Amino acid sequence: MTNAIEVSGLAKRFEDVQAVADVSFDVRQGELFGFLGPNGAGKTTTINMLTGLARPDAGTITIAGIDCSKNPKAAQHLMGIVPDESNLYPELSGFENLCFCGALYGMSKPDRIARARELLDSFGLAGAAGRKFAGYSKGMKRKLTIAAGIIHSPSILFLDEPTSGIDVASARQIRQLIAQLNAAGTTIFLTTHYIEEAERLCRRIAFIVNGRIVRIDSVENLMRQSDGRHVVQFAVSQNAASLCDAVSSEFAHLQCRAVSETGIRVESSEPVQVGPLVRLLEDNGAEVFEARRMRPSLEEVFVRITGIEAGAMKQEKEKAKMGGGQ
Amino acid sequence: MKAWIAFWNILAKDMRSYYLKPPNISWGLLFPMVWIAMFFIRSGLGMESLPNLLPGLVALSILFGTTSVLSVTVTFEKKGRSFERLLLAPISLQLLMLAKTTGAIIFGVVNAFVPLLIASLFVDISSARWAVMAPAIFLIAVSSTFLGLFIAVSVKEVFEAQTFSNFFRFPMIFLCGLFFPVEQLPIWLRPLSYALPLTYGVDALQASIRQAGHMPIGLDLAVLAAFCVVLFGISLRNIQRKWII
Repeated sequence: MTNAIEVSGLAKRFEDVQAVADVSFDVRQGELFGFLGPNGAGKTTTINMLTGLARPDAGTITIAGIDCSKNPKAAQHLMGIVPDESNLYPELSGFENLCFCGALYGMSKPDRIARARELLDSFGLAGAAGRKFAGYSKGMKRKLTIAAGIIHSPSILFLDEPTSGIDVASARQIRQLIAQLNAAGTTIFLTTHYIEEAERLCRRIAFIVNGRIVRIDSVENLMRQSDGRHVVQFAVSQNAASLCDAVSSEFAHLQCRAVSETGIRVESSEPVQVGPLVRLLEDNGAEVFEARRMRPSLEEVFVRITGIEAGAMKQEKEKAKMGGGQ
Repeated sequence: MKAWIAFWNILAKDMRSYYLKPPNISWGLLFPMVWIAMFFIRSGLGMESLPNLLPGLVALSILFGTTSVLSVTVTFEKKGRSFERLLLAPISLQLLMLAKTTGAIIFGVVNAFVPLLIASLFVDISSARWAVMAPAIFLIAVSSTFLGLFIAVSVKEVFEAQTFSNFFRFPMIFLCGLFFPVEQLPIWLRPLSYALPLTYGVDALQASIRQAGHMPIGLDLAVLAAFCVVLFGISLRNIQRKWII
Protein backbone atom coordinates (compact mmCIF):
# COMPACT_ATOMS: atom_id res chain seq x y z
CA MET A 1 0.00 0.00 0.00
CA THR A 2 1.37 3.46 -0.90
CA ASN A 3 1.66 6.24 1.62
CA ALA A 4 -0.64 9.26 1.49
CA ILE A 5 1.65 11.29 3.75
CA GLU A 6 5.37 10.84 4.31
CA VAL A 7 7.18 13.05 6.75
CA SER A 8 10.85 12.84 7.55
CA GLY A 9 12.97 14.83 10.00
CA LEU A 10 10.47 17.66 10.27
CA ALA A 11 11.57 20.51 12.53
CA LYS A 12 10.25 23.95 13.39
CA ARG A 13 11.50 26.52 15.84
CA PHE A 14 9.73 29.67 17.06
CA GLU A 15 12.38 31.97 18.52
CA ASP A 16 13.67 30.05 21.55
CA VAL A 17 11.00 27.32 21.48
CA GLN A 18 11.59 24.11 19.52
CA ALA A 19 7.97 23.47 18.54
CA VAL A 20 8.66 20.36 16.43
CA ALA A 21 11.88 18.35 16.42
CA ASP A 22 12.86 15.53 14.10
CA VAL A 23 9.32 14.32 13.49
CA SER A 24 9.00 11.42 11.05
CA PHE A 25 5.98 9.28 10.22
CA ASP A 26 3.98 7.82 7.35
CA VAL A 27 0.24 7.72 6.89
CA ARG A 28 -0.99 4.97 4.58
CA GLN A 29 -3.55 5.57 1.91
CA GLY A 30 -7.06 5.14 3.32
CA GLU A 31 -5.79 5.10 6.90
CA LEU A 32 -7.27 6.97 9.85
CA PHE A 33 -4.15 8.16 11.67
CA GLY A 34 -4.34 9.73 15.11
CA PHE A 35 -1.93 12.40 16.34
CA LEU A 36 -2.15 12.73 20.10
CA GLY A 37 -0.42 14.99 22.51
CA PRO A 38 -0.95 17.61 25.19
CA ASN A 39 -1.47 21.29 24.56
CA GLY A 40 1.61 22.83 22.98
CA ALA A 41 3.08 19.46 22.00
CA GLY A 42 3.40 20.50 18.35
CA LYS A 43 0.26 18.97 16.83
CA THR A 44 -1.11 22.12 15.19
CA THR A 45 2.36 23.23 14.10
CA THR A 46 2.80 19.85 12.41
CA ILE A 47 -0.59 20.14 10.66
CA ASN A 48 0.26 23.69 9.59
CA MET A 49 3.52 22.48 8.04
CA LEU A 50 1.78 19.60 6.26
CA THR A 51 -0.94 21.83 4.82
CA GLY A 52 1.23 24.79 3.86
CA LEU A 53 0.40 27.29 6.60
CA ALA A 54 3.88 27.03 8.08
CA ARG A 55 7.31 26.49 6.60
CA PRO A 56 9.45 23.75 8.15
CA ASP A 57 13.00 24.65 9.19
CA ALA A 58 14.12 21.16 8.21
CA GLY A 59 12.75 17.89 6.91
CA THR A 60 10.73 16.67 3.97
CA ILE A 61 7.00 16.39 3.39
CA THR A 62 5.53 14.24 0.64
CA ILE A 63 1.77 14.27 0.09
CA ALA A 64 0.38 11.67 -2.34
CA GLY A 65 3.82 11.34 -3.87
CA ILE A 66 4.22 15.12 -4.37
CA ASP A 67 7.19 16.74 -2.65
CA CYS A 68 5.70 19.65 -0.72
CA SER A 69 8.82 20.57 1.26
CA LYS A 70 9.71 23.46 -1.02
CA ASN A 71 6.33 24.13 -2.61
CA PRO A 72 3.54 23.67 -0.07
CA LYS A 73 0.90 24.68 -2.65
CA ALA A 74 1.70 21.69 -4.86
CA ALA A 75 -0.67 19.25 -3.17
CA GLN A 76 -3.26 21.59 -1.66
CA HIS A 77 -5.86 20.53 -4.24
CA LEU A 78 -5.76 17.00 -2.75
CA MET A 79 -6.21 18.10 0.83
CA GLY A 80 -9.22 18.99 2.90
CA ILE A 81 -8.49 20.92 6.07
CA VAL A 82 -10.69 21.32 9.11
CA PRO A 83 -8.96 23.65 11.57
CA ASP A 84 -9.40 23.52 15.32
CA GLU A 85 -11.66 26.57 15.15
CA SER A 86 -14.81 26.86 13.03
CA ASN A 87 -13.53 29.59 10.76
CA LEU A 88 -16.19 30.02 8.08
CA TYR A 89 -17.60 33.39 7.09
CA PRO A 90 -20.12 34.64 9.69
CA GLU A 91 -21.96 36.87 7.22
CA LEU A 92 -22.62 34.05 4.72
CA SER A 93 -25.30 31.38 5.06
CA GLY A 94 -24.39 27.71 5.46
CA PHE A 95 -25.13 27.07 1.80
CA GLU A 96 -23.16 30.13 0.62
CA ASN A 97 -20.20 29.15 2.79
CA LEU A 98 -20.05 25.67 1.24
CA CYS A 99 -20.42 27.03 -2.31
CA PHE A 100 -17.68 29.60 -1.66
CA CYS A 101 -15.33 26.93 -0.29
CA GLY A 102 -16.07 24.78 -3.35
CA ALA A 103 -15.20 27.70 -5.61
CA LEU A 104 -11.84 28.09 -3.85
CA TYR A 105 -11.03 24.60 -5.16
CA GLY A 106 -12.14 25.51 -8.68
CA MET A 107 -15.44 23.59 -8.64
CA SER A 108 -17.93 24.67 -11.30
CA LYS A 109 -21.13 26.34 -10.14
CA PRO A 110 -23.48 23.37 -10.80
CA ASP A 111 -21.01 20.98 -9.14
CA ARG A 112 -20.58 23.04 -6.00
CA ILE A 113 -24.32 23.70 -5.65
CA ALA A 114 -25.11 19.97 -5.97
CA ARG A 115 -22.34 18.98 -3.56
CA ALA A 116 -23.28 21.68 -1.04
CA ARG A 117 -26.88 20.40 -1.01
CA GLU A 118 -25.69 16.81 -0.66
CA LEU A 119 -23.44 17.68 2.30
CA LEU A 120 -26.06 19.83 4.03
CA ASP A 121 -28.42 16.87 3.78
CA SER A 122 -25.96 14.28 5.03
CA PHE A 123 -24.79 16.52 7.91
CA GLY A 124 -28.38 17.20 8.96
CA LEU A 125 -28.07 20.90 8.21
CA ALA A 126 -30.48 21.22 5.28
CA GLY A 127 -32.98 23.05 7.46
CA ALA A 128 -30.38 25.67 8.38
CA ALA A 129 -28.88 26.04 4.89
CA GLY A 130 -30.18 29.59 4.44
CA ARG A 131 -29.24 30.77 7.93
CA LYS A 132 -26.14 32.87 8.51
CA PHE A 133 -23.19 30.94 9.93
CA ALA A 134 -22.95 33.47 12.78
CA GLY A 135 -26.32 32.21 14.07
CA TYR A 136 -25.37 28.51 14.12
CA SER A 137 -24.84 26.61 17.36
CA LYS A 138 -21.33 25.34 18.17
CA GLY A 139 -22.16 21.81 17.02
CA MET A 140 -23.70 23.07 13.77
CA LYS A 141 -20.69 25.29 13.15
CA ARG A 142 -18.37 22.35 13.63
CA LYS A 143 -20.38 20.15 11.26
CA LEU A 144 -20.50 22.86 8.59
CA THR A 145 -16.74 23.43 8.98
CA ILE A 146 -16.15 19.72 8.38
CA ALA A 147 -18.53 19.84 5.39
CA ALA A 148 -16.53 22.78 4.01
CA GLY A 149 -13.36 20.74 4.42
CA ILE A 150 -14.70 17.94 2.22
CA ILE A 151 -16.73 19.98 -0.30
CA HIS A 152 -14.16 19.16 -3.01
CA SER A 153 -14.01 15.46 -2.06
CA PRO A 154 -10.35 15.51 -0.98
CA SER A 155 -8.39 12.27 -0.85
CA ILE A 156 -6.60 13.39 2.35
CA LEU A 157 -8.41 15.10 5.20
CA PHE A 158 -6.71 16.90 8.08
CA LEU A 159 -8.97 17.16 11.12
CA ASP A 160 -7.71 19.31 13.98
CA GLU A 161 -9.70 18.65 17.16
CA PRO A 162 -12.98 18.03 15.29
CA THR A 163 -15.16 17.41 18.36
CA SER A 164 -13.62 19.84 20.80
CA GLY A 165 -16.01 21.96 22.82
CA ILE A 166 -19.28 20.64 21.39
CA ASP A 167 -22.19 18.71 22.89
CA VAL A 168 -22.13 14.92 23.23
CA ALA A 169 -24.76 14.25 20.54
CA SER A 170 -22.99 16.42 17.94
CA ALA A 171 -19.62 14.89 18.83
CA ARG A 172 -21.09 11.41 18.35
CA GLN A 173 -22.55 12.37 14.98
CA ILE A 174 -19.23 13.86 13.87
CA ARG A 175 -17.37 10.70 14.90
CA GLN A 176 -19.80 8.67 12.81
CA LEU A 177 -19.24 10.99 9.86
CA ILE A 178 -15.47 10.66 10.25
CA ALA A 179 -15.77 6.87 10.29
CA GLN A 180 -17.99 6.95 7.18
CA LEU A 181 -15.56 9.20 5.32
CA ASN A 182 -12.71 6.88 6.16
CA ALA A 183 -14.74 3.84 5.15
CA ALA A 184 -15.36 5.56 1.80
CA GLY A 185 -11.61 5.71 1.24
CA THR A 186 -10.54 9.14 2.54
CA THR A 187 -7.20 9.19 4.32
CA ILE A 188 -7.69 11.03 7.61
CA PHE A 189 -5.07 12.70 9.79
CA LEU A 190 -6.76 13.37 13.11
CA THR A 191 -5.48 15.35 16.05
CA THR A 192 -7.47 15.11 19.23
CA HIS A 193 -7.04 15.37 22.94
CA TYR A 194 -9.96 12.97 23.52
CA ILE A 195 -8.02 9.74 23.87
CA GLU A 196 -11.15 7.60 23.82
CA GLU A 197 -12.05 9.23 20.49
CA ALA A 198 -8.69 8.26 19.01
CA GLU A 199 -9.02 4.75 20.43
CA ARG A 200 -12.44 4.35 18.82
CA LEU A 201 -11.60 5.83 15.42
CA CYS A 202 -7.94 5.40 14.61
CA ARG A 203 -6.03 2.48 13.20
CA ARG A 204 -2.61 3.85 14.18
CA ILE A 205 -1.63 6.52 16.63
CA ALA A 206 1.39 8.73 17.17
CA PHE A 207 2.03 10.28 20.57
CA ILE A 208 3.79 13.63 20.39
CA VAL A 209 5.25 15.33 23.45
CA ASN A 210 7.37 18.49 23.48
CA GLY A 211 7.61 18.46 19.69
CA ARG A 212 8.92 14.90 19.49
CA ILE A 213 7.12 11.71 18.57
CA VAL A 214 7.51 9.30 21.48
CA ARG A 215 5.63 6.34 20.00
CA ILE A 216 3.82 5.33 16.81
CA ASP A 217 1.92 2.06 16.62
CA SER A 218 -1.42 0.45 15.88
CA VAL A 219 -4.02 0.73 18.61
CA GLU A 220 -3.95 -3.08 19.11
CA ASN A 221 -0.18 -3.14 19.51
CA LEU A 222 -0.22 -0.21 21.90
CA MET A 223 -2.70 -2.08 24.07
CA ARG A 224 -1.12 -5.51 23.70
CA GLN A 225 2.47 -4.57 24.35
CA SER A 226 1.65 -2.21 27.13
CA ASP A 227 3.37 -4.04 29.96
CA GLY A 228 2.87 -7.81 29.52
CA ARG A 229 0.47 -7.92 32.47
CA HIS A 230 -2.68 -10.09 32.48
CA VAL A 231 -5.62 -8.80 34.44
CA VAL A 232 -8.94 -10.49 35.26
CA GLN A 233 -11.66 -8.78 37.24
CA PHE A 234 -14.35 -10.72 39.10
CA ALA A 235 -17.75 -9.58 40.28
CA VAL A 236 -18.68 -11.54 43.38
CA SER A 237 -21.62 -11.58 45.77
CA GLN A 238 -19.84 -10.63 49.01
CA ASN A 239 -16.78 -9.81 51.05
CA ALA A 240 -14.18 -9.26 48.36
CA ALA A 241 -11.39 -8.47 50.82
CA SER A 242 -11.46 -11.85 52.62
CA LEU A 243 -11.86 -13.67 49.28
CA CYS A 244 -8.68 -11.93 48.11
CA ASP A 245 -6.78 -13.26 51.12
CA ALA A 246 -7.95 -16.78 50.21
CA VAL A 247 -6.84 -16.33 46.58
CA SER A 248 -3.43 -15.00 47.59
CA SER A 249 -2.76 -17.90 49.99
CA GLU A 250 -3.83 -20.52 47.42
CA PHE A 251 -2.21 -18.99 44.31
CA ALA A 252 1.03 -17.30 45.34
CA HIS A 253 1.91 -16.21 41.81
CA LEU A 254 -1.23 -14.03 41.58
CA GLN A 255 -1.62 -10.51 42.94
CA CYS A 256 -5.15 -10.09 44.19
CA ARG A 257 -6.80 -6.81 45.24
CA ALA A 258 -10.31 -5.95 46.32
CA VAL A 259 -11.42 -3.03 44.17
CA SER A 260 -14.79 -2.75 45.94
CA GLU A 261 -16.98 -4.69 48.34
CA THR A 262 -17.90 -7.06 45.50
CA GLY A 263 -15.03 -6.58 43.05
CA ILE A 264 -11.73 -8.49 42.87
CA ARG A 265 -8.85 -7.68 40.56
CA VAL A 266 -6.34 -10.44 39.87
CA GLU A 267 -3.07 -9.66 38.11
CA SER A 268 -0.26 -11.89 36.88
CA SER A 269 2.68 -11.91 34.52
CA GLU A 270 1.26 -15.15 33.06
CA PRO A 271 -2.20 -15.81 31.63
CA VAL A 272 -4.73 -16.16 34.45
CA GLN A 273 -6.64 -19.47 34.56
CA VAL A 274 -10.19 -18.54 35.47
CA GLY A 275 -11.63 -22.02 36.28
CA PRO A 276 -9.61 -22.78 39.45
CA LEU A 277 -10.18 -19.23 40.67
CA VAL A 278 -13.96 -19.46 40.27
CA ARG A 279 -14.00 -22.79 42.10
CA LEU A 280 -11.95 -21.35 44.97
CA LEU A 281 -14.23 -18.34 45.27
CA GLU A 282 -17.32 -20.56 45.28
CA ASP A 283 -15.74 -22.90 47.85
CA ASN A 284 -15.37 -19.83 50.05
CA GLY A 285 -19.13 -19.21 49.91
CA ALA A 286 -19.23 -16.55 47.20
CA GLU A 287 -21.29 -16.47 44.09
CA VAL A 288 -19.32 -15.42 41.00
CA PHE A 289 -21.40 -13.30 38.64
CA GLU A 290 -18.78 -12.27 36.12
CA ALA A 291 -15.13 -12.79 35.20
CA ARG A 292 -13.82 -10.25 32.73
CA ARG A 293 -10.40 -10.11 31.12
CA MET A 294 -9.28 -6.50 31.35
CA ARG A 295 -7.12 -4.79 28.77
CA PRO A 296 -5.48 -1.46 29.48
CA SER A 297 -7.23 1.58 28.05
CA LEU A 298 -5.40 3.74 25.54
CA GLU A 299 -5.47 6.40 28.20
CA GLU A 300 -3.39 4.21 30.50
CA VAL A 301 -1.00 3.49 27.64
CA PHE A 302 -0.73 7.20 26.90
CA VAL A 303 -0.03 8.06 30.52
CA ARG A 304 2.63 5.34 30.76
CA ILE A 305 4.37 6.36 27.54
CA THR A 306 4.19 10.12 27.90
CA GLY A 307 4.08 10.49 31.65
CA ILE A 308 1.23 12.95 31.19
CA GLU A 309 -2.13 12.47 32.87
CA ALA A 310 -4.79 12.39 30.15
CA GLY A 311 -7.30 14.20 32.35
CA ALA A 312 -4.86 17.05 32.91
CA MET A 313 -4.23 17.25 29.17
CA LYS A 314 -7.97 17.51 28.49
CA GLN A 315 -8.49 20.17 31.13
CA GLU A 316 -5.53 22.17 29.87
CA LYS A 317 -6.86 22.04 26.31
CA GLU A 318 -10.38 23.06 27.33
CA LYS A 319 -8.92 25.95 29.34
CA ALA A 320 -6.92 27.09 26.31
CA LYS A 321 -10.09 26.91 24.17
CA MET A 322 -12.02 29.03 26.66
CA GLY A 323 -9.21 31.55 26.62
CA GLY A 324 -9.25 31.85 22.85
CA GLY A 325 -7.42 28.82 21.60
CA GLN A 326 -3.77 28.01 21.50
CA MET B 1 -9.39 28.09 -15.32
CA LYS B 2 -9.92 26.63 -11.82
CA ALA B 3 -7.81 29.38 -10.28
CA TRP B 4 -9.95 32.00 -12.03
CA ILE B 5 -13.12 30.44 -10.58
CA ALA B 6 -11.56 31.01 -7.16
CA PHE B 7 -10.46 34.54 -8.15
CA TRP B 8 -13.93 35.55 -9.33
CA ASN B 9 -15.69 34.08 -6.29
CA ILE B 10 -13.34 35.74 -3.80
CA LEU B 11 -13.93 39.06 -5.57
CA ALA B 12 -17.72 38.55 -5.75
CA LYS B 13 -17.90 37.58 -2.07
CA ASP B 14 -15.91 40.64 -0.99
CA MET B 15 -18.04 42.94 -3.14
CA ARG B 16 -21.21 41.51 -1.60
CA SER B 17 -19.93 41.27 1.96
CA TYR B 18 -18.07 44.56 2.18
CA TYR B 19 -18.05 47.00 -0.71
CA LEU B 20 -21.73 46.96 -1.72
CA LYS B 21 -22.97 47.32 1.84
CA PRO B 22 -25.05 50.51 2.33
CA PRO B 23 -22.65 52.08 4.88
CA ASN B 24 -19.79 51.82 2.41
CA ILE B 25 -21.79 53.18 -0.51
CA SER B 26 -22.98 56.12 1.56
CA TRP B 27 -19.41 56.69 2.79
CA GLY B 28 -18.24 56.73 -0.83
CA LEU B 29 -20.85 59.36 -1.74
CA LEU B 30 -20.84 61.37 1.45
CA PHE B 31 -17.14 61.75 1.96
CA PRO B 32 -16.32 63.59 -1.32
CA MET B 33 -19.41 65.76 -0.97
CA VAL B 34 -18.44 66.84 2.55
CA TRP B 35 -14.96 67.75 1.35
CA ILE B 36 -16.35 69.77 -1.57
CA ALA B 37 -18.72 71.64 0.74
CA MET B 38 -15.96 72.23 3.29
CA PHE B 39 -13.60 73.74 0.75
CA PHE B 40 -16.21 76.02 -0.70
CA ILE B 41 -17.36 77.25 2.67
CA ARG B 42 -13.76 77.71 3.88
CA SER B 43 -12.42 79.43 0.76
CA GLY B 44 -15.49 81.50 -0.06
CA LEU B 45 -14.68 80.96 -3.73
CA GLY B 46 -17.26 80.56 -6.48
CA MET B 47 -18.04 77.57 -8.66
CA GLU B 48 -15.39 78.65 -11.15
CA SER B 49 -12.74 77.38 -8.73
CA LEU B 50 -14.22 73.88 -8.74
CA PRO B 51 -11.88 72.52 -11.47
CA ASN B 52 -8.93 73.62 -9.30
CA LEU B 53 -10.20 71.53 -6.41
CA LEU B 54 -11.33 68.60 -8.52
CA PRO B 55 -7.98 66.71 -8.86
CA GLY B 56 -7.50 66.78 -5.08
CA LEU B 57 -11.07 65.67 -4.41
CA VAL B 58 -10.85 62.82 -6.90
CA ALA B 59 -7.55 61.66 -5.38
CA LEU B 60 -8.93 61.94 -1.86
CA SER B 61 -12.07 59.95 -2.72
CA ILE B 62 -9.97 57.15 -4.17
CA LEU B 63 -7.47 57.14 -1.30
CA PHE B 64 -10.09 56.91 1.44
CA GLY B 65 -12.38 54.60 -0.57
CA THR B 66 -9.67 52.01 -1.14
CA THR B 67 -7.70 52.04 2.11
CA SER B 68 -10.65 52.28 4.52
CA VAL B 69 -12.28 48.97 3.66
CA LEU B 70 -9.40 46.78 2.55
CA SER B 71 -7.08 47.21 5.50
CA VAL B 72 -9.92 46.59 7.94
CA THR B 73 -11.46 43.58 6.16
CA VAL B 74 -8.19 41.76 5.64
CA THR B 75 -7.23 42.32 9.28
CA PHE B 76 -10.73 41.21 10.35
CA GLU B 77 -10.55 38.00 8.29
CA LYS B 78 -7.03 37.30 9.53
CA LYS B 79 -8.13 37.77 13.13
CA GLY B 80 -11.18 35.50 12.64
CA ARG B 81 -8.95 32.94 10.89
CA SER B 82 -11.21 32.81 7.81
CA PHE B 83 -8.22 34.18 5.86
CA GLU B 84 -6.54 30.80 6.48
CA ARG B 85 -9.12 29.24 4.14
CA LEU B 86 -7.81 31.43 1.36
CA LEU B 87 -4.17 30.67 2.16
CA LEU B 88 -4.97 26.94 2.08
CA ALA B 89 -6.74 27.13 -1.28
CA PRO B 90 -4.81 25.75 -4.24
CA ILE B 91 -4.22 29.12 -5.91
CA SER B 92 -1.05 31.17 -6.01
CA LEU B 93 -0.55 33.84 -3.38
CA GLN B 94 -0.27 36.48 -6.11
CA LEU B 95 -3.66 35.63 -7.61
CA LEU B 96 -5.23 35.32 -4.16
CA MET B 97 -4.09 38.79 -3.15
CA LEU B 98 -5.13 40.24 -6.50
CA ALA B 99 -8.59 38.77 -5.89
CA LYS B 100 -8.69 40.30 -2.41
CA THR B 101 -7.60 43.73 -3.68
CA THR B 102 -9.59 43.97 -6.92
CA GLY B 103 -12.79 44.82 -5.00
CA ALA B 104 -11.05 47.78 -3.35
CA ILE B 105 -9.62 48.92 -6.69
CA ILE B 106 -13.08 48.87 -8.30
CA PHE B 107 -14.54 50.67 -5.28
CA GLY B 108 -11.78 53.33 -5.53
CA VAL B 109 -12.37 53.86 -9.26
CA VAL B 110 -16.14 54.19 -8.73
CA ASN B 111 -15.50 56.64 -5.88
CA ALA B 112 -13.41 58.76 -8.20
CA PHE B 113 -16.42 59.39 -10.40
CA VAL B 114 -18.54 60.77 -7.55
CA PRO B 115 -16.81 64.18 -7.39
CA LEU B 116 -16.44 64.19 -11.18
CA LEU B 117 -20.19 63.68 -11.63
CA ILE B 118 -21.05 66.27 -8.99
CA ALA B 119 -18.62 68.77 -10.57
CA SER B 120 -20.06 68.16 -14.04
CA LEU B 121 -23.41 69.45 -12.76
CA PHE B 122 -21.87 72.83 -11.99
CA VAL B 123 -18.92 73.37 -14.34
CA ASP B 124 -17.85 72.28 -17.79
CA ILE B 125 -15.23 69.54 -17.50
CA SER B 126 -15.50 68.42 -21.11
CA SER B 127 -11.98 69.71 -21.81
CA ALA B 128 -10.55 67.08 -19.42
CA ARG B 129 -8.09 64.67 -21.09
CA TRP B 130 -9.77 61.34 -20.37
CA ALA B 131 -6.93 59.37 -21.94
CA VAL B 132 -4.71 60.65 -19.13
CA MET B 133 -7.35 60.75 -16.41
CA ALA B 134 -8.46 57.13 -16.83
CA PRO B 135 -5.03 55.55 -16.29
CA ALA B 136 -4.29 58.08 -13.54
CA ILE B 137 -7.49 57.16 -11.67
CA PHE B 138 -6.79 53.45 -12.15
CA LEU B 139 -3.18 53.70 -10.96
CA ILE B 140 -4.10 55.86 -7.95
CA ALA B 141 -6.74 53.24 -7.05
CA VAL B 142 -4.26 50.38 -7.43
CA SER B 143 -1.43 52.08 -5.52
CA SER B 144 -3.79 53.19 -2.71
CA THR B 145 -5.27 49.69 -2.50
CA PHE B 146 -1.81 48.16 -2.27
CA LEU B 147 -0.96 50.71 0.41
CA GLY B 148 -4.06 49.44 2.26
CA LEU B 149 -2.81 45.89 1.80
CA PHE B 150 0.63 46.85 3.09
CA ILE B 151 -1.08 48.35 6.17
CA ALA B 152 -3.28 45.26 6.66
CA VAL B 153 -0.27 42.95 6.58
CA SER B 154 1.67 45.15 8.98
CA VAL B 155 -0.86 45.08 11.83
CA LYS B 156 -2.65 42.47 13.92
CA GLU B 157 -5.75 44.21 15.26
CA VAL B 158 -8.59 45.91 13.37
CA PHE B 159 -8.18 49.17 15.34
CA GLU B 160 -4.47 49.18 14.49
CA ALA B 161 -5.39 49.01 10.80
CA GLN B 162 -7.51 52.13 11.14
CA THR B 163 -4.88 54.01 13.11
CA PHE B 164 -2.06 52.98 10.80
CA SER B 165 -4.16 53.93 7.73
CA ASN B 166 -4.59 57.44 9.11
CA PHE B 167 -0.87 57.64 9.82
CA PHE B 168 -0.40 57.53 6.04
CA ARG B 169 -3.61 59.16 4.80
CA PHE B 170 -3.80 62.40 6.71
CA PRO B 171 -0.22 63.54 5.99
CA MET B 172 -0.85 62.67 2.32
CA ILE B 173 -3.77 65.13 2.21
CA PHE B 174 -1.33 67.95 2.93
CA LEU B 175 1.87 66.63 1.38
CA CYS B 176 0.72 65.38 -2.02
CA GLY B 177 -0.50 68.57 -3.64
CA LEU B 178 -4.19 67.77 -3.22
CA PHE B 179 -5.29 71.28 -2.29
CA PHE B 180 -2.13 73.35 -2.62
CA PRO B 181 0.88 72.67 -4.83
CA VAL B 182 3.88 70.75 -3.56
CA GLU B 183 5.98 73.79 -4.59
CA GLN B 184 4.33 75.81 -1.82
CA LEU B 185 5.51 73.39 0.86
CA PRO B 186 8.65 74.18 2.87
CA ILE B 187 11.65 72.97 0.93
CA TRP B 188 12.60 70.41 3.62
CA LEU B 189 9.17 68.74 3.33
CA ARG B 190 9.23 68.34 -0.42
CA PRO B 191 11.39 65.17 -0.53
CA LEU B 192 8.73 63.52 1.63
CA SER B 193 6.05 64.59 -0.87
CA TYR B 194 7.97 63.02 -3.73
CA ALA B 195 8.30 59.81 -1.75
CA LEU B 196 4.51 59.40 -1.69
CA PRO B 197 2.63 57.86 -4.64
CA LEU B 198 -0.35 60.20 -4.41
CA THR B 199 1.84 63.19 -5.35
CA TYR B 200 2.29 61.69 -8.81
CA GLY B 201 -1.40 60.72 -9.07
CA VAL B 202 -2.55 64.23 -8.21
CA ASP B 203 -0.05 65.71 -10.68
CA ALA B 204 -1.44 63.46 -13.46
CA LEU B 205 -5.00 64.48 -12.50
CA GLN B 206 -3.97 68.15 -12.54
CA ALA B 207 -2.59 67.61 -16.02
CA SER B 208 -5.70 65.85 -17.25
CA ILE B 209 -8.34 68.14 -15.70
CA ARG B 210 -6.58 71.55 -15.71
CA GLN B 211 -3.62 70.94 -18.03
CA ALA B 212 -1.55 72.10 -15.04
CA GLY B 213 0.76 69.22 -14.20
CA HIS B 214 4.27 69.98 -12.96
CA MET B 215 5.89 66.75 -14.08
CA PRO B 216 5.71 64.86 -17.38
CA ILE B 217 2.58 62.67 -17.46
CA GLY B 218 4.63 59.66 -18.52
CA LEU B 219 6.79 60.09 -15.41
CA ASP B 220 3.71 60.41 -13.15
CA LEU B 221 2.17 57.22 -14.49
CA ALA B 222 5.47 55.32 -14.50
CA VAL B 223 6.21 56.26 -10.88
CA LEU B 224 2.65 55.30 -9.84
CA ALA B 225 3.04 51.95 -11.60
CA ALA B 226 6.38 51.42 -9.86
CA PHE B 227 4.78 52.14 -6.47
CA CYS B 228 2.07 49.55 -7.30
CA VAL B 229 4.66 46.88 -8.06
CA VAL B 230 6.81 47.69 -5.02
CA LEU B 231 3.88 47.88 -2.54
CA PHE B 232 2.36 44.65 -3.86
CA GLY B 233 5.75 42.91 -3.78
CA ILE B 234 6.48 44.04 -0.21
CA SER B 235 2.98 42.98 0.90
CA LEU B 236 3.38 39.52 -0.64
CA ARG B 237 6.78 39.10 0.97
CA ASN B 238 5.37 40.20 4.34
CA ILE B 239 2.46 37.74 4.01
CA GLN B 240 4.88 34.90 3.31
CA ARG B 241 7.09 36.00 6.18
CA LYS B 242 4.40 36.76 8.76
CA TRP B 243 1.37 34.66 7.88
CA ILE B 244 3.02 31.53 6.47
CA ILE B 245 5.42 31.29 9.35
